[in-house]
This record gives sequence, structure tokens and C-alpha cells, in this order.
Amino acid sequence: MLFVFLIFIGLFVLFVVGLYNSLVTLRNRCDNGWAQIDVQLRRRYDLIPNLVETVKGYAKHEREVFERVTQARTQAISAGTVKEQGSAENMLQGALKSLFAVAENYPELKANQNFLMLQEELAGTESKVAYSRQFYNDSVMKFNTRIQMFPSNIIAGMFGFKERDYFEIGAGEAAAKEPVKVSFS
Amino acid sequence: MFEQISENKFKSGVLVFCFLVLIFLLVWLLQYLMGLGVAGFVLALVFASFTAFLSYWASDKIVLAMSRARPVTKEEYPYLHNVVEGLAIAAGIPAPRCYVIDDTAPNAFATGRNPKNSVICVTTGLLQKLNRAELEGVIGHEMSHIRNYDILLQTLTVVMVGIVALLSDWILRGVFWGGGRRRSSSRDRGGGQLALVLVAVGLVLAVLSPIVSQLIRLAVSRRREFLADASSAQLTRHPAGLASALRKLASDPEPLEAANKATAHLYIINPLKNVKGVVNKLFSTHPPIEERIAALERM
Repeated sequence: MLFVFLIFIGLFVLFVVGLYNSLVTLRNRCDNGWAQIDVQLRRRYDLIPNLVETVKGYAKHEREVFERVTQARTQAISAGTVKEQGSAENMLQGALKSLFAVAENYPELKANQNFLMLQEELAGTESKVAYSRQFYNDSVMKFNTRIQMFPSNIIAGMFGFKERDYFEIGAGEAAAKEPVKVSFS
Repeated sequence: MFEQISENKFKSGVLVFCFLVLIFLLVWLLQYLMGLGVAGFVLALVFASFTAFLSYWASDKIVLAMSRARPVTKEEYPYLHNVVEGLAIAAGIPAPRCYVIDDTAPNAFATGRNPKNSVICVTTGLLQKLNRAELEGVIGHEMSHIRNYDILLQTLTVVMVGIVALLSDWILRGVFWGGGRRRSSSRDRGGGQLALVLVAVGLVLAVLSPIVSQLIRLAVSRRREFLADASSAQLTRHPAGLASALRKLASDPEPLEAANKATAHLYIINPLKNVKGVVNKLFSTHPPIEERIAALERM
């Protein structure tokens, strides 16, 4: 009888350990996903000054656009939380779109090898940001689901696992989807 | 997905073991025909273990060399590298190395033994003929082959099928040219009955082994293509991209010169372009492209 009881206890402990470990794995996957986003965003921030300089060489008068891009970049770099980062990113995306729209008006610029390379780099980095965001959000969804589900929610409560925020495209999404206004002042 | 990974690893293990046994038997038969005795037994054992080891560690290099692929730097093909890196992030695996085949026929394959040691190989024609969304679909398909360990099983098959075909070829030749002499000398030793049976078994084995390895290869690949298409759509969130890429690839009439029967099942679509008629459809390594496109469009 005691033997059966001990086996039961042993199985229970193993079960709890398994649940705890799976929570740790999922949490680390979220952290890793976030770090990945961070790497890609930083890469993008490094590309932007180069891009602005190249465009400036051909289109000196579009000061408004350059200022918007630079400002959005600074704001995105200094963002603290996941939510802030999300909205700052959207502003930056919108600003970059208008920059490329302006570039459309300068045929010599569009033929510039350096500009073409930067454009490809930026497009590549942008899709990497999107993919790392997708990976992060998928990981967060799995982690949050596990935290909310019974019986892992008990373990999560005991060891202080907190739900994560999604990296969402909030209000900025709408702005980024709006047609870009180009002024010819 | 995780069930599929462990299933692939298990199947790879079983495959390696079966081939080890098969190759051992074939080599043993070969040496029996040549009459090497104990030395031949050791030879068979060493050869079998060596090929099994080789096909695990070097099969990706063999396949890449067979396909005349060359590694490319990020400076040379930034576009390809960016797409591959992006999808590696989406799949949550380290970025595979990029190889290119200089051929205008659009096609692609992946090889390697695990996600850490993997290669994605595309033709220059693929890079020219597809747009970004389509290329992402194709790379996503290869990325899911890598993530699910399909590449291990598929690449192992290439090398092992090749070795078995080679050995059975030798044996058939050995029986025809040296069989008579062997038989008379073994009858002198009093083992004539046994020897005859062995030679008969060996003959059957030698005839069957290429067929068996063909069948293994067929079983390996067809269902996987559908699965990889589905996972690609899940990675890119854009099934239309892959569907349109498949349509372009299928309508391209050019065969890929670097591909052959041993490597055909690795590619995203059949590179040999001879899938016509009922028999070919039965023995083809790829499901019909129309079915794949229809499955993608239902998503």
C-alpha cells in the first residue's frame, strides 16, 4: 500500500516538474524571440542614416520628410516597453514609406547603385522584423495559453510566471496603410 | 510537428540500419563470389559501416557536388540571403547556408543532417523568374523540410540508393562473368548445395535491392511535399505566393541539367520534366503540381 502511495507521489512530482520545465522553455522562447526582434530593429536603425544621406544627395529640398524619418527613428530607439515600441515602429514605417515615395520623383536617385542596395537591405530587414514579430507573437500566444490553462496556471501562479504582451501594430497600422501624401514644396 | 520530427529521426535510424544490413549482405555476397573467405567478411563489415558513416556525415556534400552547386556570399546575392534569413527567423531555426546552381531552369532543394548543418540551394533561374513573395514561398517550403528533418531522410536516401545500385550492379556482373568458376570450386569443398542457394538468394537480392530502394524513396517523399507546402504557407502567411511560384515552375519547360534520378526527389518540383502517362505518375516522386496548387488555394 505504501509502495503504491510512493509511486503515486513520485508520478505527481514528475508531472509538476514537467509542467514547470515546459513553462520555462516557453518563456525562454519568448525572450529569444524578443531579442531577435531587437537585433533586426537595431539593424534597421543603423541603415536609416545612410539612406537619408544618400537621398539627401539628390533631393535636398525634401527637408520635411528627412526630419520626420529622423524623428521617428529617435523615438523608436528610445522606446521602453513592448507597446511603445510597437507604435513607434509604425510611425517609422510610415515615415520611410513617404521617403521612398519622394525618391520615386528622382530618376537619377533610383538608378544609384548605393540607393538600390540600401533599398534591398531595408526591404530585407523589414521582412525580417515582420517574421521575428510573427515568431515572437506565436511564442507569446503559446506561453500565455499555457499560463491560463489548468493545471499549469497553478504552477505559473506559484512560481510567478507573468503573461507577456503581444508585439502589436496598433493605431499606427492604420496610419501606415494610408496613402502617402507627397508635397512638392 | 514534433511528432513528425521524431518520426523522421526514427525512420532515418531504421533506414540507416536496413541499409547497413543490405549493404553488408551485398558486399558479403560479392566477396563470396570472389572467394575471399574471412578477409571478405571483415571487408564487408568495414565497408558497410563506412558507407553508413559516410552517408550520415558527408551526404549533403556529396549531393551538393552532384548538383554542381557553389556557395554564395551575402555580397553576391543579398536578395537570396535576406529571404533565407527572414524565413529562418520565422521558423525559429539558425539560418541555413546558401548555395546556387548556375542553371536557368527554376528549381530549389534543401539538404543537410539537421537544422544547424543545413543548406538551401536554388538555381539562378529561380532568382530571376520569381518575385519576392514567390521566392519566400519556395524558401519557406525548403525551410520546413529543414525544420522537420525531412532533409536528413531525403539526403541519406540519395547516397544509400546510389551505393546499393552500384553494388548490385557489380554483383550481377560478378555472377555472369565469374559465377561458373566459383560454383565448381565450392563443390569441391563439399558445400555445393549451400553455395547454390546463397548465389540464388544473392541474385534475387541483387535484382530486388534497386527496386526496394526506389520504393523507399517514393514512400519518403510524396506526402512530405504537401506537408512542406502547408508549413510554408504557415511561415509566410501567404499561400498565394507559393501557389503562384509552383505555377511558374511547372510551366517552365526547361529540365535542370545537374539533376538526375538519384537527386530528383530532393527538389521542390520534379526537375526531370518527364511526368507523362500512368506509369510515370505511379512512380513519380512528386505529387501532381495541380493538386498542390489546389491544396494551397483552399487555405
